[in-house]
Amino acid sequence: MITMEKTLLDLESGMRGTLIRFAGTPGFVRKLRTIGIREGKTLTVVTRHPLGGPVVIEVDGREVTLGRGMAVRVIVDVAT
Amino acid sequence: MKLVVLMGNPNVGKSGIFSRLTGTRVITSNYPGTTVDVSRGKMRLSGTPVEVIDAPGTYSLTPTNPAEEVAAGILAQADLVVNVVDATNLERNLYLTLETLERGVPAAVALNLWDEAGHQGITIDVAALEALLGVPVVPTVGLSGQGIRELVERLGEAHPSETIQPMSEEERWVAVGRITGAVQTIAHRHHTLGDRIAEASIRPVTGLPIALAVIAAAFLAVRWIGEGLISLVFEPLFDLYTPIAMTISDLLGPGVLHEILIGRLFDGEIDYVQSMGLLTTGLFVPLAMILPYIVAFYLVLSILEDTGYLPRLATLADTFFHRLGMHGYGIIPVFLGFGCNVPGALATRVLETKKQRFIAATLMSLAIPCMAQIAMIFGVLGPFGMHYVAMVFVTLALVYVVAGLILNRIVPGECPEIFLEIPPYRMPDLRATATKTWMRVRGFIGEAIPYLFLGILLVNLLYAVGFLDLLSVAFAPVMENWLGIPAGAAVALLVGFLRKDLAVGMLVPLGMSPEQLVIAVTMLSIYFPCVATFVVLFRELGVRGMLAAAGVMVTTALLVGGALRAVLIGF
Ligand SMILES: Nc1nc2c(ncn2[C@@H]2O[C@H](COP(=O)(O)OP(=O)(O)O)[C@@H](O)[C@H]2O)c(=O)[nH]1
Ligand SMILES: [Mg+2]
Repeated sequence: MITMEKTLLDLESGMRGTLIRFAGTPGFVRKLRTIGIREGKTLTVVTRHPLGGPVVIEVDGREVTLGRGMAVRVIVDVAT
Repeated sequence: MKLVVLMGNPNVGKSGIFSRLTGTRVITSNYPGTTVDVSRGKMRLSGTPVEVIDAPGTYSLTPTNPAEEVAAGILAQADLVVNVVDATNLERNLYLTLETLERGVPAAVALNLWDEAGHQGITIDVAALEALLGVPVVPTVGLSGQGIRELVERLGEAHPSETIQPMSEEERWVAVGRITGAVQTIAHRHHTLGDRIAEASIRPVTGLPIALAVIAAAFLAVRWIGEGLISLVFEPLFDLYTPIAMTISDLLGPGVLHEILIGRLFDGEIDYVQSMGLLTTGLFVPLAMILPYIVAFYLVLSILEDTGYLPRLATLADTFFHRLGMHGYGIIPVFLGFGCNVPGALATRVLETKKQRFIAATLMSLAIPCMAQIAMIFGVLGPFGMHYVAMVFVTLALVYVVAGLILNRIVPGECPEIFLEIPPYRMPDLRATATKTWMRVRGFIGEAIPYLFLGILLVNLLYAVGFLDLLSVAFAPVMENWLGIPAGAAVALLVGFLRKDLAVGMLVPLGMSPEQLVIAVTMLSIYFPCVATFVVLFRELGVRGMLAAAGVMVTTALLVGGALRAVLIGF
């Protein structure tokens, strides 16, 4: 299986990826991890709101809304 | 007295457990950030009274907003911590659990939402978790009270954990993974139809129409329930009361006491809106004009809160609120503010930065009239035609948006993006909804009626000494020349600082045209918050913040008032 590194923001709705790392400050990383967005988790994009709106993802059966500036700092592996 | 603190992530059922432990009722809702302030209560623990604190929810002890700061601060004073954990989301909750246990404070864990975990096919080995954490772990269902007694019993044996030692952040994450893996099994679950419907409400294409439908339905429900209560309950009650009031009026005869208790008679009859007596207007306005809508509003709000819809609405509104210098969660102070501006102002604490909170609080004070005020606006302007009511609300909506766009540019500071957990949809519990509605309605009765009485007394008194005439003369230039309304409206604006609903009522005897009423009523909303809100804003924003906010309010009021005058009346 070939995988590709992408940011969470690159994923169309319905696509999923495995979180491999963050590209942000320790504070940012902690914020995401404590809400359950962590390395090794499978993230599914539920929807991306237009006009620079937020991204909604599902992780462990829970939905989380996060801004695009945050989504772009989440690096995931996508199976192609 | 020993201090027991309830700690946990947002929306895990802390407030529900607090109510169960202490018998003190507090507001619970299905969205993160319901509790932004601390609630205190008492309970008995092995025979001795202890104080219990319901802390705001937090994901970690490194706070990211003021509500979380409060939580971290309280932990330092705790003699005993009850860590409330969401059993359906163990892994995420354990981080805070470990952080708390590392502090070496005696603790116990309540594994709450145990019923939902069961429904979702999640099983947790409680004994194994207890062994790993080194403190008592008790499954609970806050809603039904299941497990609460055992929790209380086992609090007696709460002690600092011996198995959990201070560790680095990275080590803590490893430990979270290790513990979850060891104690939790999840039966594989397929996407259900319910999941798909739930997702439709958060996607823009389907979500926006749903949001509009929900808001329209909520508005219609408030009106329908409010009008129903008035025509079926309160008007008949006052029909029964009128002869009694008339008898009192006859017994008193003319004089000062009559002025204060009954007020002015119109053609020998009581006019409940205009008479301005304590036993006439003072009872009628709060009970028959406002209370029905308060009941209706809080009933509808409680249902909206408990289903878990609001965070979805916040997600849909995020793009828009971002332009106004907030993010989607800025919709929470708006919703609460429609009930009463005081909880609305407190709810600004769910926003992360000073800039966001300043904008949210200022815009709410400017453009979100509370239910008491709304009820009076409908009562006073409605008879002239609904389009006049609409003018007021359209103006206020425009003010909210335009002021937001401007403040976003000129207020320094950051606007972080939305970051929000979406709770699962839940069927509102009938009893919980009823209790919550009643708590809020009781809050209204307890605060509104004394203030209204005080307001009416004050008005009578100030009239008697001639102060109000003086005030009218002093403000005549602004009122008459700039706003195009009678000088006497200045008195209503002054009273509006005490209670806006009463102030709206005071506009009636001035005999204004509907256009003038629209201007006056809009001014009343924009120019300044009522005293109760003012106090909270002062605390939340500080002196400088409050001064700045007040400056924005007065300036906006004058600009909007002048503009309305030019459009509606002309110069
Ligand atoms: N099914 C179920 N719902 C619960 C339970 N405990 C709380 N709730 C609901 O979960 C939501 C959050 O509760 P709340 O006490 O406000 O949580 P807090 O934010 O942690 O204080 C409310 O809608 C409660 O009715 C429980 O054990 N089972
Ligand atoms: Mg709470």
